[in-house]
Amino acid sequence: MTTMLTRRTDTDSTPDAAPAPRRRRRDHLPAAASDERSVLSSADWRRPVVRRSMRLVHGVLLGLLLLAGVGPILLLAKFAITPTQDILRTPLAVFPNGIAWGNLAEAWNDVQVSRYFLNTVVVAAGSWVCQVLVATTGGYLLSVLRPRYATVLQWAVLSTLFVPAVVLLVPLYLTILHPPVGPSMLNTFWAVWLPAGASAFNVLLVQRFFDSLPREVFEAARMDGAGPFRLFWSVVLPMSKPILGVVSVFAVIASWKDFLWPLLVLPNPDLQPLSVRLPSLQGSTDMGVLMAALAISTVIPVVVFLAFQKLFLNGAGLGGAVKG
Amino acid sequence: MAVTTRPPSRARARTGRLGASLSTAVFAVPLVVIFGVFSWWPIVRAGVMSFQETNLITTTWVGLDNVRAVLADPLLPVAIRNTAWFALLALIFGYPIPLLAAVLMSEVRRRKGLYSALAYLPVVVPPVVAVLLWKFFFDPRPEGVFNEILGWVGLGPFPWLQSMTWAMPSLVLEATWAAAGGTVIIYLAALTSVPAELYDAAEVDGASIWRKVWHVTLPHLRGVLLITLILQVIGTAQVFVEPYLFTGGGPANATLTILLLIYRYAFGQSLGADYGQATALSLMLAIVLGVLSLVYFRLTRSWSTS
Repeated sequence: MTTMLTRRTDTDSTPDAAPAPRRRRRDHLPAAASDERSVLSSADWRRPVVRRSMRLVHGVLLGLLLLAGVGPILLLAKFAITPTQDILRTPLAVFPNGIAWGNLAEAWNDVQVSRYFLNTVVVAAGSWVCQVLVATTGGYLLSVLRPRYATVLQWAVLSTLFVPAVVLLVPLYLTILHPPVGPSMLNTFWAVWLPAGASAFNVLLVQRFFDSLPREVFEAARMDGAGPFRLFWSVVLPMSKPILGVVSVFAVIASWKDFLWPLLVLPNPDLQPLSVRLPSLQGSTDMGVLMAALAISTVIPVVVFLAFQKLFLNGAGLGGAVKG
Repeated sequence: MAVTTRPPSRARARTGRLGASLSTAVFAVPLVVIFGVFSWWPIVRAGVMSFQETNLITTTWVGLDNVRAVLADPLLPVAIRNTAWFALLALIFGYPIPLLAAVLMSEVRRRKGLYSALAYLPVVVPPVVAVLLWKFFFDPRPEGVFNEILGWVGLGPFPWLQSMTWAMPSLVLEATWAAAGGTVIIYLAALTSVPAELYDAAEVDGASIWRKVWHVTLPHLRGVLLITLILQVIGTAQVFVEPYLFTGGGPANATLTILLLIYRYAFGQSLGADYGQATALSLMLAIVLGVLSLVYFRLTRSWSTS
């Protein structure tokens, strides 16, 4: 039974991690109808004191969440179309001197936010390709093909999870300056794309998903003469759309949020993504235009989140918390 | 299940096996190359570089000189104190609130998705945007956003980022806002795993709502609570974006964190690039965090439930 109280927590290991927007329609079932429940029983809910106080508590909670969760973002949206003088003098007044749509156009064209936006998209797209490639081939190797060296590889991948990111900062930077082969990758997108692929979290996530796929299907495909490539391309990949969705969404969001690494390896402003570029706009632009630029950088992640809410809220995002 | 019934000829089997292991190896290439160059090798190199001095052209072994230089830096105690202060404040602000919110949210019967979506929304806002926006909120003038709101109830104006006392709490306030939603989601997931029978049994014994929370819900969350605590400490020990963008470590080094110091060693213009020293400090931080987690898990092992 799926009620509002039955939240799947094991999305990252089961094949049905796909967004299931219909499921929430059944939220109105009483809690007692399910074999999973929370602290309050339906008997508790029948007591007027409990019901009234819970309604009050939940009202207050909703108000606070709106204030804290949406408040700053709404304020940002308002600032983006408010004349600079009004932002500075009366930040909380609602458009005392009209709306300045010009902020957005000025940010997009004159401050070249359009270019940095495009850079952000390119950085995110390349990081996504690299992460998906490594995670799917690696997960397939470790879960399905399982050569003799799989155990060693798996431990080597797993152990990187225990190394804090700060340890890699300088040596990775020097690797970008002097790669084992080829010229310096400084000021090329490769410097952001390739390291993004070395995500142990992605590999383990995909591997655990592949582990949960029925072995009989692989055996049947092998009996029909499918080699490793065909098995990967025509059987495993089509079955792994849910987990690819999870990996993709988190790859895009993480790359959109990244700051320190692109700051280090893309010193050329023409290549920098939005998050690196925004701080340097601070001094040189109007407050209104800066706010418009901030708002433009926020749109994509918020839209992605709203579109794929289930992926974020079902616990698959634990990795984001782990990475810190 | 019959896999093969007819034994293939020995020669074909050999080429088949060779071909199979070759095509298997092809699938290992992306993982091995990417992890090798961008993860395993830099990790090894971090250990080596801590004992070297390099200016990118020549590299010399200097033994423990890097470690000594880091330990002799008068800014190190400041950075350690600030980082510990940040972590402590982050625990005070950011540890109880998500727990309380999650326990209350798990009782919501309608539109529960709305609650968790609202709580999670700040997490997807890019950190740079959040910091620059909050920097404006922290405007020290009386007409600054926070000062005006607090002025309605007769408080302030506060100097926020410009005061040595208030700068760090201001940073933590923003960092908590940005991170709390993720913790709420983890707790919500854990809350649904509390077995219903436990609540039923408690009710049969006549337990009140508070006693159910205290004796069933919270003990069941103990394992998750222990893990989020240490993860939060590890995360906050590596805080960078907030001090870098809000204050640059100021005023008067009041928000200089360890990571900011590492950044200054390696990439700061004034000090010149000292990659060896930066790596030594980051390795020392990692070792301290590793030892801390080991001790923590040893101490709390008997405590955690699952």
